[in-house]
Amino acid sequence: MNYEAVIGLEVHLHLKTRTKAFCGCSTEFGNEPNSQTCPVCLGFPGSLPVFNRRALDYAIKVALALNCKIQEYTKFDRKNYFYPDLPKNYQISQYDLPLSRDGYLDIEAEDKPKRIGIRRVHMEEDAGKLIHEAGLSLVDFNRAGMPLLEIVSEPDINSADEAYAYLTGLKSILEYLDVSDCDMEKGSLRCDANISVREKGTTGLGIKAELKNMNSFKAVRDALNFEIERHTATLGKGEKIIQETRLWDEKAQETASMRTKEEAQDYRYFPEPDLPAFIIKAEKIEEARKTIPELPRERVLRFMRDYNLSEYDAKILCASKKDAEYAEDLIRLYPDKDKKPIVNWLIGPLTSIASSSNLSISQVTIPGGKSEFIKLVKFAQDGSVSNLTAKGVLSESVISGQTSSSIIQEKQLFQISDASSLNAIIEEVVNQNKRSVEDYKQGKANALMFLVGQIMKKSGGKANPKLAQELLRRRLSDA
Amino acid sequence: MNKLTAHELIENIKNNNAASIQVVEAIEKRVKDIDAKIKGYVRTPASELSYSGDIKPPACPAGRQSHKATLKGIPISIKDNICTDGFNTECCSKILEGFKPPYDATVIRKLKEAGALVLSLKTNMDEFAFGSSTENSFFGPTHNPWDLECVPGGSSGGSAAVVASDEAIAALGSDTGGSIRQPASFCGVVGLKPTYGRVSRYGLIAFASSLDQIGPITKDTRDSALLMNVISGYDPNDSTSVDIETPDYTKALDKDIKGLKIGIPKEYFVEGIEPEVKEVIREAIKKLEGLGSITKEVSLPHTEYAVPVYYIIATAEASSNLARFDAVQYGYRAASFTNLIDMYKKSRGEGFGQEAKRRIILGTFVLSHGYYDAYYLRALKVRTLIKEDFDKVFGEFDCVVTPTSPSPAFKIGEKIEDPLKMYLSDIYTISANLAGIPAISIPCGFTKKGLPVGLQILAKPFAEETLFRVANAYEQNTEWHKMKPKI
Repeated sequence: MNYEAVIGLEVHLHLKTRTKAFCGCSTEFGNEPNSQTCPVCLGFPGSLPVFNRRALDYAIKVALALNCKIQEYTKFDRKNYFYPDLPKNYQISQYDLPLSRDGYLDIEAEDKPKRIGIRRVHMEEDAGKLIHEAGLSLVDFNRAGMPLLEIVSEPDINSADEAYAYLTGLKSILEYLDVSDCDMEKGSLRCDANISVREKGTTGLGIKAELKNMNSFKAVRDALNFEIERHTATLGKGEKIIQETRLWDEKAQETASMRTKEEAQDYRYFPEPDLPAFIIKAEKIEEARKTIPELPRERVLRFMRDYNLSEYDAKILCASKKDAEYAEDLIRLYPDKDKKPIVNWLIGPLTSIASSSNLSISQVTIPGGKSEFIKLVKFAQDGSVSNLTAKGVLSESVISGQTSSSIIQEKQLFQISDASSLNAIIEEVVNQNKRSVEDYKQGKANALMFLVGQIMKKSGGKANPKLAQELLRRRLSDA
Repeated sequence: MNKLTAHELIENIKNNNAASIQVVEAIEKRVKDIDAKIKGYVRTPASELSYSGDIKPPACPAGRQSHKATLKGIPISIKDNICTDGFNTECCSKILEGFKPPYDATVIRKLKEAGALVLSLKTNMDEFAFGSSTENSFFGPTHNPWDLECVPGGSSGGSAAVVASDEAIAALGSDTGGSIRQPASFCGVVGLKPTYGRVSRYGLIAFASSLDQIGPITKDTRDSALLMNVISGYDPNDSTSVDIETPDYTKALDKDIKGLKIGIPKEYFVEGIEPEVKEVIREAIKKLEGLGSITKEVSLPHTEYAVPVYYIIATAEASSNLARFDAVQYGYRAASFTNLIDMYKKSRGEGFGQEAKRRIILGTFVLSHGYYDAYYLRALKVRTLIKEDFDKVFGEFDCVVTPTSPSPAFKIGEKIEDPLKMYLSDIYTISANLAGIPAISIPCGFTKKGLPVGLQILAKPFAEETLFRVANAYEQNTEWHKMKPKI
């Protein structure tokens, strides 16, 4: 039987407000445990939450960027469950009247465009962090009360690759909005997945598994692939899937059951009585809309239009906000009207240098900065330095910290591009290789390449090959 | 001096700087002398007078005193569920054993800023304010100063008893379903539950967040107004407090009530009310009529649903509010346990009293999957109907007058085994919390056995001034509030 996967993703996002969602404590990451706490985020008796309006502004921005409808009337609810990292033993979240609903995100996976529905974007607070050490369990509440957004997709995703594309597309938009660090390692972006499979061509839903503990987009993709296979195999054997929550084990590259549906919690949601429901006015939404910057898709289109880039090139450059800004700076600084050479250098050599150190292009430190990079591209472009040499110079420069111009100077890597110097070498080569000259005249094309090779050799590789070939041809036809 | 009201004492202190110290000493002495009988304060081994050092220094030095130090030098007694920086605040529950909040409730900060002396001794209460008799306290019951065999009412029974027995000048209580007014009525003192949102709840250990309000328990109406002048007002730390101007409540005191329209809800005088109480209330209403007000029977048709609605909403919120007492960060932790769940179970099992457990279970049940719509959601809808009943009446009437409780103080132990009977003793006070409206209880007479009876006055939201106006007019023409119990 032929199965297809049905996947829905839940993304939790830390909003980078200065203070927590319901108190004045700092949201800074990585400080001494419990140094950023107060009676409110510790859930001390008698303390009360006060909602951080900046978090609301950010949340509205995200919801709008994901094409969601903002609900006019919204409220907080309490999600009740006991866990030592949850100071009040309930989480302030949103249940039946979330901030926003019914949005979408356009993705492209396996070269096909697809629209993934977004069911809801709602606001909530984060819990603290448990640290297990020397047989003890300790709690760090610095993270408790950090503002979170939960972004829930519709089950419109049908493969692990689509899920991956959804996540990278989402992250790209979130980065452009500048509302979150989107750092999975720091936990500022987390993703859970719901997955089931069904017979291809049918529309019903199979029994799902909820996947947790995936710490990268790649882990999400791997876990989903593992689960799709597991579901397909189970159903293929005529067995039933059990509804359960499963944890991804990165080391073992497999999922394992954490709890079944029977053990599922009853969260006993009810309206948070400490925070009155609130109305989001149309003017506020319009105001928020104005603060939304150019998003990845718009920037791709603008790059194509303004710099005459192909869609492919523009997409690569615009995937990350910082890289796009960096690239645009370089494209603008590049003096020629035709931007293709600088774009090729960004996507080609610079990208490969960056990825070899697990960096993005904007994170690569180029000695001498942007102007040195442009100079180098120009040298390669006008033939002062060969393309191959220039690429080597760039790597060497990044590694050694020496500017590319000084490397070129020092090693005398400029190509010989003046005709008189080249003609002198050509004269010598022609005189020393009479036979090849004859061959060429007999019509053997290969002979020309041999002679050019000899010229390159004689020049120590510095002859401009194009020019040398042209001058040689002219010399031979004269004779 | 301990017998004085706050406003009398203010006059004294004006003329004599030492008065403030003298009054604290007088209270200390009074507590030593009689609190062993009353047990209005907690964590004070009253039998061992040497322990009186517990109230030394008896007062917290005034914090930042505003130039309007309207309560300068006045000691105020505080219910054990209002956070006082550095002083034990345990909600009279074992589970908060040893808990010293690292901060002051907003009302405490305001009292300090007004120059008041906040006593370190806290007043007794039903555990987490769950009760109507103060019998549910971990520290044992408080005794009614008018009859030591009787309860003082609850849950702010300690606050009402210490004010009635002159162990305090004035006190703060909290009222979720009548916890200020009913004990005030049982003890013959004045108790006000302000409009929901009038007084900040920040620092009040929550019972039911959508119903709780802090309010004063005082010897007369003027003191109630004085305290309200200090504790009222918008608090940015409490999102449910309302940003509305605080009037000078004492200005409302001197207005007469000629022509004032008073509604008498017929649903409050049906079966269940003790005839003697009914009689006293009828007399009080006659008195109000004699003072020029116009009374007329009105109807609050959804009154009968108030108790069930209240016990759904209040317990639902309580079950969630009390979840934080998990032995992780503070309070009582069981001596031994095998794992996390066991720590929760044992600590909570040993730390909470029976009534707390009953309400947590009830609240957890009504919020559970499959029951939420039938109970909680329906209760919210009926709550709206109850509120609309009042809206309708207040469209025509300035206030509503009822008994505070269907009976006077009952015997200790009389109702403790029958929660339903106990819950019904709040039948007249609960609606004000559900509707969010202000209500006051003032002394209006005694039963033949000499137990006080309270008159409840209710008004529309933020019309505390109307309550003070009616209460004071009545008080000026009666002597009930001046009666003192013989201890």
